[in-house]
Amino acid sequence: MRIKLLVLVAALAPAASFAAGGGANLDRANVDIGNRAALQRGAANFVNYCLGCHSAQYVRYNRMAADIGITEQQLIDNLMFTGERPHDLMKIGINRDDALRWFGVVPPDLSLIARSRGADYVYTFLRSYYAEPGRPTGVNNLVLPGTAMPHVLWELQGTQDAVWEGHVDAQGNAQKHFKEFQLATPGTLTPEQFDGFVRDTVTFLEYIAEPAQLKRRALGFPVIAFLVFFTLLAYALKKEFWKDVK
Amino acid sequence: MSSTSQTAKAGNGRLGALTAWIDERFPMTALWKSQVAEYYAPKNMNFWYYFGSLALLVMVIQFITGIFLTMNYKPSATEAFSSVEYIMRDVEWGWLIRYMHSTGASAFFIVIYLHMFRALLYGSYQKPRELLWIFGMLIYFVLMAEAFFGYLLPWGNMSYWGAQVIVSLFGAIPVVGDSLMEWIRGDFFISDVTLNRFFALHVVAIPLALVFLVIAHLMALHEVGSNNPDGVEIKKVKGPDGIPLDGIAFHPYYTVKDLIGVGVFLILFSLVIFFAPTMGGYFLEYANFEPANPLQTPPHIAPVWYFTPFYAILRAVPSKSLGAALMGLAVVLFVFLPWLDRGKVKSIRYRGPLFKFFLISFAISFVALGYLGLQAPTPLFTNLARLFTVMYFAFFLLMPWYSSVDKTKPVPTRVTYHAH
Repeated sequence: MRIKLLVLVAALAPAASFAAGGGANLDRANVDIGNRAALQRGAANFVNYCLGCHSAQYVRYNRMAADIGITEQQLIDNLMFTGERPHDLMKIGINRDDALRWFGVVPPDLSLIARSRGADYVYTFLRSYYAEPGRPTGVNNLVLPGTAMPHVLWELQGTQDAVWEGHVDAQGNAQKHFKEFQLATPGTLTPEQFDGFVRDTVTFLEYIAEPAQLKRRALGFPVIAFLVFFTLLAYALKKEFWKDVK
Repeated sequence: MSSTSQTAKAGNGRLGALTAWIDERFPMTALWKSQVAEYYAPKNMNFWYYFGSLALLVMVIQFITGIFLTMNYKPSATEAFSSVEYIMRDVEWGWLIRYMHSTGASAFFIVIYLHMFRALLYGSYQKPRELLWIFGMLIYFVLMAEAFFGYLLPWGNMSYWGAQVIVSLFGAIPVVGDSLMEWIRGDFFISDVTLNRFFALHVVAIPLALVFLVIAHLMALHEVGSNNPDGVEIKKVKGPDGIPLDGIAFHPYYTVKDLIGVGVFLILFSLVIFFAPTMGGYFLEYANFEPANPLQTPPHIAPVWYFTPFYAILRAVPSKSLGAALMGLAVVLFVFLPWLDRGKVKSIRYRGPLFKFFLISFAISFVALGYLGLQAPTPLFTNLARLFTVMYFAFFLLMPWYSSVDKTKPVPTRVTYHAH
């Protein structure tokens, strides 16, 4: 019997390692949503750079403020600009038709982007813009080629060029592979500062994707401690009752 | 069964008087005794016998959390997705209730699959438990329907396209296929109408059927008595008091024993809920955190893990209608096990090498098909799926042969039990 269980477990093991799924080579975002300073900086980055076009329509301002540790006054003074009330959701005024005319797509809501695509995806995406003069926005993106989104953070990051390596494949077609980015014009932040800026923003996105995770893990430990105690008690009770079963 | 003899033991005082009052009008004490306190179960039931009571526990968890979810969920194409996010964010403890429900769905299938595997190990479907087994299989079918209908409700993109794929399987049925699909959806595509009817089926019709079937399953069980790891009928050897010598009262012996199972199960259940509620995309798929989009499919559509063994069989067959037929057969064949099995012994302990070989091959193929059903198809995976499909069906279709020619061991008259 034990051998059969082992066989089952061995057969299941590869399934677990495939959980992450495919995609381009993504950099690790390494976000820590327990870091309140990062959350607060990320919230400021989000309302300053993202919220113009992207909503976070499931997120309530005051709930978010309480979770990242700022007062309602700090929320109103620093994170709210267009006359919403603190109990409003983070919706935006962009008109769907305008958005379609300007970008060709409606900028997606970002409430759940870190859950549907993953924090690493967003982190790598925001750092992977490179100049491509032929495109309407003047830039392209390595993670999402042909993206309609302009390089909103260019002032901070500066502009970078993509360096490609080429070879000719067996069919005689030229193939190119991405090698690395080269900073063309520096921005107001150093590359390290810029990575930190994006990491803070992604930390905030990770939090708004699932606000409950702040509570969830903390609650897990006492619950499981209780259940372990309960199970030991049940075991002792069973032993006592089963003494007379011969 | 006379009510006076029952009430005589009911005790003194006000509680005793209340019990007597009820017993004269409703067989409360008689039911308690016949179904619990004086229901004699074999004393040698092992690890594999935890999963029946655990299935009942998961059902209760699903009912209770489901009721609370229904209080805030809106079954409409425009509001469903945001009402689920409302539950996750703004409803007090809504996230916990929702994670319990979503994890409960997967837990239900884990528990039921182990419960069914127990029946294969110890021949629990054999005479006289054929109806007990059939009621169990009906519960499994109803559970699959319940999971399928429930999966559409969050109205995520995987909900939408998953439902699209599964409904389109009915299109493989000749002649009536297309009209049948339209009849199921109530529309020409998965729409608000579909969502509304799936909601009605998920919260009312199917749970009602589930409850009746579980009652029938338990009544059949208590009529014939529990099987055990030796496959010995304990009712054949009774003491002078008419109680099976190898039987012990379900309460308190198995109620306290099942409490250990409940504890261990809840620990594992909580580990998922609190530390990995999406289970790496297996219990809650990442593509389902995007709202349903009829114009864009997710990059890779796969059903939730508990359907993937059958999905892999479907994909392994080049012809869609034949694939759908084989997939249906793969599910339905379980029902015929009592008649496919010509073995003279029940338990794996006394079966011969042939049965053991085919059972292990079946278990491996089931898990492997489950894995392959989750992956994007490649030529290698498709060929593997074909191999495992053959192994899967060999277990059932060759059973009349290998179970009858197998060299079995002699079965003892009493169960094997070592006091500990």
